[in-house]
Amino acid sequence: MRGLQRGSAAIVGVAESDIGAVADLMSPIDLMAQGIQRALVDCGLTLRDVDGLFCATTQARTSAMSLVEYLDLPNAYTDSTIVGGSSFEIHIAHAVAAINAGLCSVAVIAYGSTQRTVGRRASSVREYNPYETPFKPFLPASAYALAASRHMHEYGTTREQLAEVAVAARQWALLNPAAWEKKPLTVVDVIAARPISDPFTVRDCCLVTDGGGAVIVTSVERAKSLKKPPIYILGCGQSITHATISFMPNLTVSGAVESGRQAYVMAGLTAKDIDVAELYDAFTLNTILFLEDLGFCQKGEGGPFISGGRIAPGGALPVNTNGGGLSYCHPGMYGLFLLIEAVRQLRGECGQRQVTDCETAIVHGNGGVLSAQSTVILGTPSTL
Amino acid sequence: MDKAAASPLATYLAHLEQDQLAYQFSPEANAPVFFPRVICPTTGSANLEWRISAGLGTVYATTVVHPQQGGPYNVALIDVDEGFRMMSRVEDIPPAQVRIGMRVQFRTHRPGGDEPPCPVFHPVEAP
Repeated sequence: MRGLQRGSAAIVGVAESDIGAVADLMSPIDLMAQGIQRALVDCGLTLRDVDGLFCATTQARTSAMSLVEYLDLPNAYTDSTIVGGSSFEIHIAHAVAAINAGLCSVAVIAYGSTQRTVGRRASSVREYNPYETPFKPFLPASAYALAASRHMHEYGTTREQLAEVAVAARQWALLNPAAWEKKPLTVVDVIAARPISDPFTVRDCCLVTDGGGAVIVTSVERAKSLKKPPIYILGCGQSITHATISFMPNLTVSGAVESGRQAYVMAGLTAKDIDVAELYDAFTLNTILFLEDLGFCQKGEGGPFISGGRIAPGGALPVNTNGGGLSYCHPGMYGLFLLIEAVRQLRGECGQRQVTDCETAIVHGNGGVLSAQSTVILGTPSTL
Repeated sequence: MDKAAASPLATYLAHLEQDQLAYQFSPEANAPVFFPRVICPTTGSANLEWRISAGLGTVYATTVVHPQQGGPYNVALIDVDEGFRMMSRVEDIPPAQVRIGMRVQFRTHRPGGDEPPCPVFHPVEAP
């Protein structure tokens, strides 16, 4: 991203709050605070070290204000940019900028959602759009389904290939004790599941869970003296192409092309240099689309690329190693969890699902209806 | 500056009431603009003309929504011949039979009650 410098800040702490189905009457801000406390323990800093708060949730209109109050941090630098699920990847870029400009020195990026407990309708009220709402698209699923129809039409992507994305995610989830889904899944299961918006069944769609967490970012100097090896922010990129699916310029090419390009240029890396990919899989199409747009395969070849278990455990390219939004957890906006998993992989903390020789990770956030794309490239100290 | 006499949406809906599918055209950009706006996103100019589409288009993308209650229905994106895209649905045929590339024609749907009219499409009759 223009104006940001490779490796000029690092992620030093990560943690999930409670996830899945949380205790009754927990609030989204409770979950943010729980994530922050655990992430501070992860890196050895304390709440009084925190002077930057970055957060977003659909359940609090002024979430930064609520979080400042909750933590009693009246002088914190705040940023509650919200563009859907990729907000947290964008917060990373904003945190790097703020730290380098001296606006803050320890930035916390936090998220919380109780959408499973309170219901999807209550947690994320959809705005009326006079050019879409009358046609009753089941959003966001129908928007991604429209994009899938186009991908299948233009490139011959098959129903089975879409299903394989869900199967691979489930295989990773079975290696992750924190994952919501615990049972094996087959291509036949995915296709035979309850239809939602063609070609998607419920198994092509992300989970509806509660959850939250936090990521702590600080300067390179400060990062070196903390508990765990710093994970450096090598590249960032952002592209917002539309807000509603009717006005997406091309349904088979997302803004990930541009956000990825920016991040790769900043990092001085290409897709070939990446060891693990954490891609926002709100729907099975996303993984295929983002692998193409981020340069792991040619446009239109994402379907064949993922088949035969290539992105599943043991495959050539590890993708969504925690089980993803499809099988691990998906509390409304999932972007923060991509960062948490990438950092854990780069630290070698992932147990059974650990990717060997993992030095670089690409994290790709998606927000809205393929609307807001943001890419972050992370690396171990050896990549600096 | 003159105050706007009508919002872009109100103008669009007033045309629909008369069975017209209206869109804007930016003379400086020489391009259609849809959804209707107060300025052209290419030039930033407030100079936008209203034009009436001939109402013919092609299905660009399609899905069948399966609600928990009620029957399945179509949602589609239509590329209208004048060069803009919109969300709508294709009626008169089963929702799963709507195909990308299908030629379709506009008509006004009036849901009644307080709901405004909306543009829907149906397959163009075979010649």
